[in-house]
Amino acid sequence: MFWQQEMETLDRPALDALQLKRLRETVHRLERVPFYQRKFLETGLKPEEIKSAADMPRLPFTTAADLRENYPDGLLAVSRQEVLRLHTSSGTTGKPKALFFSRRDVDTAAELIARAFCMTGVTRRDVFQNMMSYGLFTGGLVMHYGAEKVGCMVIPSGPGTSERQLLLMQDFGTTVIHVTPSYAFYFADFLEKKGIVPRKSLALRKAFVGAEPYTEETRRKIEAALGIDVYNSYGLTEMNGPGVAFECEGKCGMHVWEDNFVLEIVNPATGEPVSEGQPGEMVLTSINREAMPLLRYRTRDLTSVIPGPCACGRTHRRIQRISGRSDDMLIVRGVNIFPQQIERVLMSIPQIGRNYLIQLEGLDEMTVKVELSPESFDGQVGHLTELQNLVAEKLRAELWVRPKVDLVASGSLPVTEGKAKRVIDKRSL
Amino acid sequence: MNTVKLVAVFAENRPGQAARITGILARVDINIRCITVASSGTYGVMKLLVNDPDLACRALNQEGVAATLVDVIAVEMADKAGALHSVAECLASHNINLANTTGFVVNGRAIVVIEVQEPVQAGDLLTKQGFHVLTQKETLTV
Repeated sequence: MFWQQEMETLDRPALDALQLKRLRETVHRLERVPFYQRKFLETGLKPEEIKSAADMPRLPFTTAADLRENYPDGLLAVSRQEVLRLHTSSGTTGKPKALFFSRRDVDTAAELIARAFCMTGVTRRDVFQNMMSYGLFTGGLVMHYGAEKVGCMVIPSGPGTSERQLLLMQDFGTTVIHVTPSYAFYFADFLEKKGIVPRKSLALRKAFVGAEPYTEETRRKIEAALGIDVYNSYGLTEMNGPGVAFECEGKCGMHVWEDNFVLEIVNPATGEPVSEGQPGEMVLTSINREAMPLLRYRTRDLTSVIPGPCACGRTHRRIQRISGRSDDMLIVRGVNIFPQQIERVLMSIPQIGRNYLIQLEGLDEMTVKVELSPESFDGQVGHLTELQNLVAEKLRAELWVRPKVDLVASGSLPVTEGKAKRVIDKRSL
Repeated sequence: MNTVKLVAVFAENRPGQAARITGILARVDINIRCITVASSGTYGVMKLLVNDPDLACRALNQEGVAATLVDVIAVEMADKAGALHSVAECLASHNINLANTTGFVVNGRAIVVIEVQEPVQAGDLLTKQGFHVLTQKETLTV
């Protein structure tokens, strides 16, 4: 089923032409943004000079650092009056990344989600329970607006409180959910302990699972545990949030909406494009955003383009599930975390040292080991517990995820330069 | 001023920690007279009554072990029913709270080692009430 059949099955030459047109318009729009003005001066490239996708490498990259340095509104391409909504990434000690939406942007984002819903067979007769965090996180509102566009009954449950999630499903006949892979497992486990067989007692039939990468095996496990179809969903705050790429009923890769995003795969070290089908870092250019389009944004997500047509008939190319990151960012419970954030928080607490170790295990259990500074030890067990709680709470405020904190002896953690030794990731997603 | 110093040591709650700490102390000839360990989850605090608390603390700190001195009062009482009760009552009537506490009887002498908010005050008070509050030196010849 198609939401916008003509656009979704547009023949390749027409799609390429549309991309080019929108790319030129976007570059033109970006000439108003001082940051991009400077970048264009450096390369000396004018919008009219962009003749095809092959000219993309002549345009400058945009990185996460650029967004942080230009926080709060240095990359805004319209006046503040035209901004309808703001979403940001997490983080309070470092600068977060802000993304602005105009009224049209909010609607366009919703249209892309609507495409995804229809693509997987969801209709206005479905009941959609959004089990992702609302608030500044795009997974909440962006998916919500898309579901409303399709006409589903939308239940904005947010995450957690499995008891209440179940009650909503039972009372309102939820058929489709949006959830992280780790929470999907917790919920399946919760149902099993209650002796509830989803296939028999619930109306659930589909789940959009995303916000963190997971394997094909994990998909199958969730499908078996909940008795539903699971579809992979990819997005990032900088490109609206969810809805950048989505699986169709074939479950054979995620279609990237190429009328909205120019897709490139580059070598993460050199920035040069890789040959068709080769793995590399995905670079995205938003060509249908008004308030804050981004040119050649380095996503740091590693994937490859799946060559060849898709049986569903859509001409927008597919990408593989994300295989990893080209930086040291972690995703825990759907939230992006940089080890440097943890380091900054620890530096602000004098009773502990700067060394730390992050241990990830199970589905989403995160433990941060920190060293007690000998000078601050006063012999009281109670004070140690308070310190541990203080560290956990400060980390939660910064990361939006509360880790377990272990106090260890000074000098017992590995002293290391690279991230490789700071994080031990034994998760089974 | 009859307060006694205990050595408080931070240790992770895993095998080998007690061995490591006692090893450091043995190497500098420290004799442990009394030991308590309070553990909480992944770590614990050891409190030791030793023959030379300053030396013990230095030796541990030098090895990177978090150790500090804690002031307590060591009170002697008769080895009979009701003795501890009189000490407790005395402290209660002056609104003094017993925090961490260890008690033992050795060579017919009953000693209770108490952590309180104001050890000097508490010590003076108990002395006035006729209790024998030990000096550091006296704890070593119990």
